[in-house]
Amino acid sequence: MALIGIFSNLYISFLSFLGQVAMLAGETILSIFCGRIRLRLVIQQIAEIGFRSQLVVIVTGAFTGAVFTAQAYFQFASLNMETAVGPVVALSMFRELGPVLTGVMVAGRVGAAMSAEIGTMKVSQQIDALRALAVNPVDYLVVPRALAMFVSMPFLVVECVGCGILASYYVGVNVLNISGVYFLANTQKFADSSDIIMALVKGFFFAGIIVFISCREGLGAKDGAVGVGRATTQTVVNCSLAILIVNFFLTMALNIFFPAGQG
Amino acid sequence: MSTPLLQVRDLVQKIGSQEILKGMNLDIYNGETLVLLGKSGGGKSVFLRHLIGLMRPVSGSILFEGEDITKLKERQLEPVRRKIGMLFQDGALFDSMNVFDNVAFPLRERGERDPAIIHQKVEESLARVNMRGHEKKMPVNLSGGMRKRVALARAIISPPNVILYDEPTAGLDPIVSDSINKLIRRLQAELHVTSVVVTHDMVSCNHIADRVALLNEGRIYFTGSTEDLRTNSDPTIRDFVDGRSGETIY
Repeated sequence: MALIGIFSNLYISFLSFLGQVAMLAGETILSIFCGRIRLRLVIQQIAEIGFRSQLVVIVTGAFTGAVFTAQAYFQFASLNMETAVGPVVALSMFRELGPVLTGVMVAGRVGAAMSAEIGTMKVSQQIDALRALAVNPVDYLVVPRALAMFVSMPFLVVECVGCGILASYYVGVNVLNISGVYFLANTQKFADSSDIIMALVKGFFFAGIIVFISCREGLGAKDGAVGVGRATTQTVVNCSLAILIVNFFLTMALNIFFPAGQG
Repeated sequence: MSTPLLQVRDLVQKIGSQEILKGMNLDIYNGETLVLLGKSGGGKSVFLRHLIGLMRPVSGSILFEGEDITKLKERQLEPVRRKIGMLFQDGALFDSMNVFDNVAFPLRERGERDPAIIHQKVEESLARVNMRGHEKKMPVNLSGGMRKRVALARAIISPPNVILYDEPTAGLDPIVSDSINKLIRRLQAELHVTSVVVTHDMVSCNHIADRVALLNEGRIYFTGSTEDLRTNSDPTIRDFVDGRSGETIY
């Protein structure tokens, strides 16, 4: 019975958390369409989220593309299919690795920072001060971050994928001696605009996951510094798990509209 | 007496299983400075947060200018909050902004865009609290008293009808406390605002109060003038006024 109690409590907490994130998302979307957009804050956040995340996303994309190319080459070389490495890496980067890795890296860098910043404001009564000054915390804190995230994430995904494919080309052609002409020709043959759209759609969904989970955790922080630390950790864990889980369902759903292997 | 500006009726609040406010009733009149006394952890700050809608009661009502603010949703509370300023215990300044931007924040959020007007009003507000010349400092570089002064400047930059003070002298030395007390009196004289001051500092109470209320066991136990409080022979009131815990050393 005790075990059932534990699982039912976990289930209720999970549903409650999903409800809170959904309500925050709803309130934010309503605020974007009905409220005042603070353009200066949006630009500040674009600089923080988009501009300053580039290095981490580029390095992640480039080295993932490079190592994936090497591993694919080692397997395909025994079948004399070296020229298939290009399209395999490109499709994987577009459809899965690019958006997921960008999402996880941005969750670690930006989501954690968002949660810590908002959480610190919460425990030091700055959020209460905002409310007391007749400023809605969702309008002031969440909306600029959400808009900045939705604008930045597709660019970051494209950067990650682009650097992955470039690194793949460099390693494949210059290090592993794959024919550059075949590499490019096969990549162009198998990868098309639907793969790019899939990457962008996933990036957009992951942007929502990161911003709403991070802000929810920050706004719910309590118990001082320990609470802020807990919220930050929870943000990274929950965002990463949510990205991985949602990615599966997005892949299945998007494959209906953009079937793989039709290029 | 005239109709109260704020009417608190049967206010009940629980935190966890603990009942903090147990049916509190209090009237606050226009233009007065009401000091709410009570033990630490007795629910004074909790009560103050209800007056500006930062907390919602389990039951009971708070009428502000005849409107029950406990029934209003978060966004509906915004017009009410524009009429009420609040000084938080540690100031609650925005630590990412300097003093100038903290004080200018309410103006900018209410749509003021003219830098000259913003500059003039911030300077006026800082001058009222004797904080001119500190505009560029960040909150982390201010002392506790300075932080409270800046927070007060922020609260009064768009002159409110009511100012709520949460422990304005807590953690300050007697000289700084005295200057804060004088500042509260001066602001009341200059701005003619209604003030609600939560404190357990009897010196502060004697200095600033027009009327005193004592919160005990979640209910208002006494209301009257500071003179009534000083001369009252009720044991509970005497213990508080004279600072007796009732405990023995051994």
